[in-house]
Amino acid sequence: MKLRIVAVVLALSLAGCGGTTDTPAASSGSAGVTGTVNVFAAASLTESFTTLGKQFEAAHRGTTVKFNFAGSSALATQINQGAPVDVFASAAPKNMQAVTEAVAPVTFAKNQLVIAVAKGNPKAITGLSGLTAPGLKVALCAEAVPCGAAAKTALATSGVTLTPVTLEQDVKAALSKLKLGEVDAALVYRTDAKASAAEVDAVEFPESAKAINEYPIAVLKNAANAAGARAFADYVLSADGIAVLTAAGFQAP
Amino acid sequence: MTRGRVPPALLVPAIGGLIFLVLPLAGLLWRTPWAGLPQRLTEPGVVEALKLSLLTASLATAVCLILGVPLAWMLARAEFPGRRLVRALITVPLVLPPVVGGIALLLALGRRGLLGGWLYSTFRVSLPFTTAGVVVAEAFVALPFLVISVEGALRGADSRYEEAAATLGASRWTTFTHVTLPLVAPGIAAGGVLCWARALGEFGATITFAGNYPGITQTMPLAVYQTMESGDLDGAVVLSLILLAVSVTILAALRDRWLTAP
Repeated sequence: MKLRIVAVVLALSLAGCGGTTDTPAASSGSAGVTGTVNVFAAASLTESFTTLGKQFEAAHRGTTVKFNFAGSSALATQINQGAPVDVFASAAPKNMQAVTEAVAPVTFAKNQLVIAVAKGNPKAITGLSGLTAPGLKVALCAEAVPCGAAAKTALATSGVTLTPVTLEQDVKAALSKLKLGEVDAALVYRTDAKASAAEVDAVEFPESAKAINEYPIAVLKNAANAAGARAFADYVLSADGIAVLTAAGFQAP
Repeated sequence: MTRGRVPPALLVPAIGGLIFLVLPLAGLLWRTPWAGLPQRLTEPGVVEALKLSLLTASLATAVCLILGVPLAWMLARAEFPGRRLVRALITVPLVLPPVVGGIALLLALGRRGLLGGWLYSTFRVSLPFTTAGVVVAEAFVALPFLVISVEGALRGADSRYEEAAATLGASRWTTFTHVTLPLVAPGIAAGGVLCWARALGEFGATITFAGNYPGITQTMPLAVYQTMESGDLDGAVVLSLILLAVSVTILAALRDRWLTAP
């Protein structure tokens, strides 16, 4: 399944390259961009940014993109404690604002929550209210992480009072508790459910429209590789970048 | 004891080692927002996590004593084939990264695990996300510490007392309860304290196996981590200091009471 997504992504991005001319200079191999670009990105960007990183490296010979994927709040804390980083991509504006070194963040994608359930939806969950059934185990993200904040908003909007069994540190951790069969459902992003479609099913619910996350990206003020950082951020915002992100299930900004 | 000047080749690295251990603690104290400390101590979340930590670490130590002392006795006193293999197996959790231990526990005792699957289908019992799950994770990580130190105490104890008891007609069980146990009691106490301290600080196996929910599975180390992750560095420092103060106080009290320093 993952291979199939990659194939679709590649096809889309190739189509993007051939057709339009509005892609920024970044994708045509601008001069002066070399070396390692350190990117801190939200856990939900794991698959799409890994693909983007490979494409970026192919477009800019001599560059290496290194990723650190984790919960956006953890990344913000690490950056504020002086972690060496060139680009930060957060799953919510709040965690971007926490980073004082971020220069002029730009929204590059939107994402919303789904209820991830085991393949075939054995507990027949159809919406948020179904998650309160007795004995049903639900994993949420911790509130400090964007997926947890979005879950809280969605639950508050729907008036559903839910007691999860665990508050995970990032969206992938919540999803893995579902994959292991330890919980019956997890509130994760649509993109995470899609990336794991071989193992989980996604149940859409209307309240998630009230808790859409905007993903900002920014170059850090003290980036060691400023040119590389700028080029990578531009690449994410380019038509190629958006193509990869939308193929993964993100919405365009 | 030999007298004379301490050789610089020993003194310098020794002082270096001491500084290396003490410096991070100094960093913690240096960053502590002392003014807000009393207020933090009364926050319900902090008290809850601290209580849970003390409860689970004590229960885990009890489990380790019940299972670990007989295991240490088997290793030190009984002859059986594969004893070296058993000893090697016991040290595995010691060298295993705790997160790996947590994953292993999930695969063994989780709802779909090796034994956990049967527990769930037969008794509807599932350990992850429960306080009992925290105790299991802590005991798994701490048990080797107890077994190894008690086995060491047993090997160091003079076995002639046990032989004398046997000669006088005492059964092996009576010898164990009336001679061996009192003989190695200080060793067991030392192992228990080590085990308790390890259980109190357990993080990786707990968050992986038992999850993270306030009041049920969120122990102090998990609370410190989550506070740090959410960007509240001051809060994380205060929680760390509270955990440190409580554990050092308890260990010092136990040391005065049970452990006589040589």
